[in-house]
Amino acid sequence: MRIIVAAGATALVVLAACSSPGAATAEITIFAGSSLTDVFDQLGNDFRKTDGSARLTFNFGSSSTLATQIINGAPADVFASADEENMAKVVAAGVSDGEPQLFASNQLQIAVGPGNPKKILGPADLARPDVVLVLAAPTVPVGKYALEALGKAGVAARPVSQEVDARAVLNKVSLGEADAGIVYVTDVRSAAGRVSGVNIPESDQVIARYPVVVIQGGKAPLLARRFAAYVLSPEGQKTLASFGFAAP
Amino acid sequence: MRRDRPPLAFAVLAAIGVAFFLLPLLGLLYRTPWNTALAELTASEALTALRLSLVVSVAATALALLLGIPLAWMYARIAFPGRDLFRALTTLPMILPPVVGGVALLFAFGRRGLVGQFLDTAFGIRIPFTTAGAVLAATFVAMPFLVLTVEAGLRSMDRRYEDAARTLGASRSLVFRRVTLPLIAPSIFAGAVLCWARALGEFGATITFAGSLPGTTQTLPLAIYNALETRPEGAVVLSLLLLAVSLAILIAMRDRYLRAF
Amino acid sequence: MLSANVSVRLGVLDLDVSLEASAAEVVAVLGPNGAGKTTLLRAIAGLIPIDAGRIELDGGVLDDVARGVHVPAELRPIGVVFQDYLLFPHLTAVENVAFGLRAHGVKNGEARARAMEWLERLGIAAHAGSRPQALSGGQAQRVALARALATNPRLLLLDEPLAALDASARGEIRRELKRHLASFSGIRVLITHDPLEALALADRLVIVEAGRVVQRGSAAEVTARPRSKYVADLVGVNLLRGTAHAGEIALHAGATLRAAEPVDGEVFAVIHPRAVALHRAHPEGSPRNVWRGRAATVDLQGDRVRVRVEGDIAIVAEVTPAAVSELALAEGGEVWASVKATEIAVYPT
Repeated sequence: MRIIVAAGATALVVLAACSSPGAATAEITIFAGSSLTDVFDQLGNDFRKTDGSARLTFNFGSSSTLATQIINGAPADVFASADEENMAKVVAAGVSDGEPQLFASNQLQIAVGPGNPKKILGPADLARPDVVLVLAAPTVPVGKYALEALGKAGVAARPVSQEVDARAVLNKVSLGEADAGIVYVTDVRSAAGRVSGVNIPESDQVIARYPVVVIQGGKAPLLARRFAAYVLSPEGQKTLASFGFAAP
Repeated sequence: MRRDRPPLAFAVLAAIGVAFFLLPLLGLLYRTPWNTALAELTASEALTALRLSLVVSVAATALALLLGIPLAWMYARIAFPGRDLFRALTTLPMILPPVVGGVALLFAFGRRGLVGQFLDTAFGIRIPFTTAGAVLAATFVAMPFLVLTVEAGLRSMDRRYEDAARTLGASRSLVFRRVTLPLIAPSIFAGAVLCWARALGEFGATITFAGSLPGTTQTLPLAIYNALETRPEGAVVLSLLLLAVSLAILIAMRDRYLRAF
Repeated sequence: MLSANVSVRLGVLDLDVSLEASAAEVVAVLGPNGAGKTTLLRAIAGLIPIDAGRIELDGGVLDDVARGVHVPAELRPIGVVFQDYLLFPHLTAVENVAFGLRAHGVKNGEARARAMEWLERLGIAAHAGSRPQALSGGQAQRVALARALATNPRLLLLDEPLAALDASARGEIRRELKRHLASFSGIRVLITHDPLEALALADRLVIVEAGRVVQRGSAAEVTARPRSKYVADLVGVNLLRGTAHAGEIALHAGATLRAAEPVDGEVFAVIHPRAVALHRAHPEGSPRNVWRGRAATVDLQGDRVRVRVEGDIAIVAEVTPAAVSELALAEGGEVWASVKATEIAVYPT
């Protein structure tokens, strides 16, 4: 009997905690491309310092998957994409609130094992038969850009695998399974110590542009707009720069 | 077969159980772009992925049969020291998240792995990023199903038939081939089908250990995941393809073959 | 000639028996369930190892624990008919019979032909293509027999050959089995718990109880002079033990009997239930063995009544229903029992 009463009381407490409190504590969910994982975690922490009551939840993933989810009704309040193509899809579906704003840009870099044991000096070396190359899948922004860059450099490289995202590419390189992979400069920076970076010449570079937009239908549109604005603000921009992102 | 009337509560719960499986399938059919479906299906990537999936899953099942039946026999018949521990270890891939299995395989057979580095330096053999790697990953996650099923079959068979065979002059190998195997054939069959089905649907260990390259390692589940990124309709069609192939083979596995003598 | 000295400890069973059998007679090992008979058969067949002893068949040593010899079952020239026949369910009748031949290296075609011959000899050639599940008990038994005989074994072991049959089939099949056993030229040993089976099929009996041989002999010898309660119960007589001296037997249970036979020493005393007379009071006259007891149970069996009497001497008496009503005999009632000295058979243990 006592167990039933205890269970009932617990259920009531849990229900009370779960129910929407209204305007008391606003909370938003931010969908962002995987390459933004570390920097947006930092931006989130910094934003909370300015507004202690705000509750931020981040959902990182491949921009194309996130775009598809948002178009199909996933509960996002803010969307920060790793490329403009996926943002365009969201806008075309009519779920965005306002115009997307570019807040950062990124460049590609070759990730190699620490100390560059295979002595890879540039894109041309990626076609060497003794180099095991992995890229992200062409359906993911960073994978698409990597193929573009290789095309620009005129390199006929044969990757042995199309990984799901940049993280997976980094993992294969840092584990020693692959000798090289093409990711963003911000990715190489975040994996400092586990991989080394080799620059890609400007002429072969592809610039990735990151737009952000508020999504319609959220429960806390004001908070969503404030967060998007924070990303675009000087403080936000400084944080982005510290992670290796370039100006939009 | 006599038609029995089921108890109401069972019928209701069973109906919910069936709905649980039926509804996602119906959702898939509902969202299928039927006008472009045929084009998607015959696109070369789809057929390549399907062919690769069938090759990998069949090869994995063959490997599982080759290694798994003797292993099941050891577990069922020989009380060797540490048997329970070994059995638990071989069951582990069933409960490990497949990606963890893939990482473990990398640490064993990868370029810097325990065995892998030796294979690389001594023989120049590299397993990751190859079709063989995909087979290995699929075997790793699927073989436990076969071993458990066959072990159960061995334990439940009447061992006196083996005694009878021995008194007729049959050597141990003849007893195994002409008496034991036929008697446990239903378990072997059921185990092989379970194993094949698991291998066909394998994703996490494959992509982590073998990678994903069309024609080499991008099996149908990996192709579907890839397609989901940019062409969800294409993903739906590929999923239907996988479903249709699986269903066809499972239906062919009729009740008749599963019944013991 | 089979010569087996077998000692096996298996779980709670402690088996220690010696058994000899020649091709001249059918030997039956008879005993209650749990006596160790099946274990003995399995040891002779080589399916289980023995802890001590020696098994020799026609001069060839099959087991010799002292010298570390153990010939595996598949190399022993022994055929076994198992209690449940154990016909391979995935093979037809003729394939079952051919199995042993093929295991011995005979080519498929020839093996089948010889198997068919055996099936014809046993009268079941018509069922050659049937699976064991489709055969009746009697047909399955004949296939099992054919299968065991097809490899021309030197020794044929049968484990409860009729137990799996229902009572109506048993008689006919028993007679047939007797014929087939007679036409087999090797050594035949069958084990059973059914005394009728043993008496009908065997020439010599070996009685095994609780892992030990308690009696050996022909059926006539064993039933005339039972040496254990098991056999006594089978035959339906009372068996008592005691020390005899000058016509007086001091029973181990306590009381004294007067017998007419001049045997001294440790003896068995057998009294047929019909020799026990019951009275309402102490009888007058000649019987020198009289004692008081209590009628523990009264059972009508056919046209006779069996009364179990408890008292100084526990005994079963067989009387007519008329006698029972005359005595006003009821269960639990007091009764006097008497036996003439001449009606007691006495023989040394």
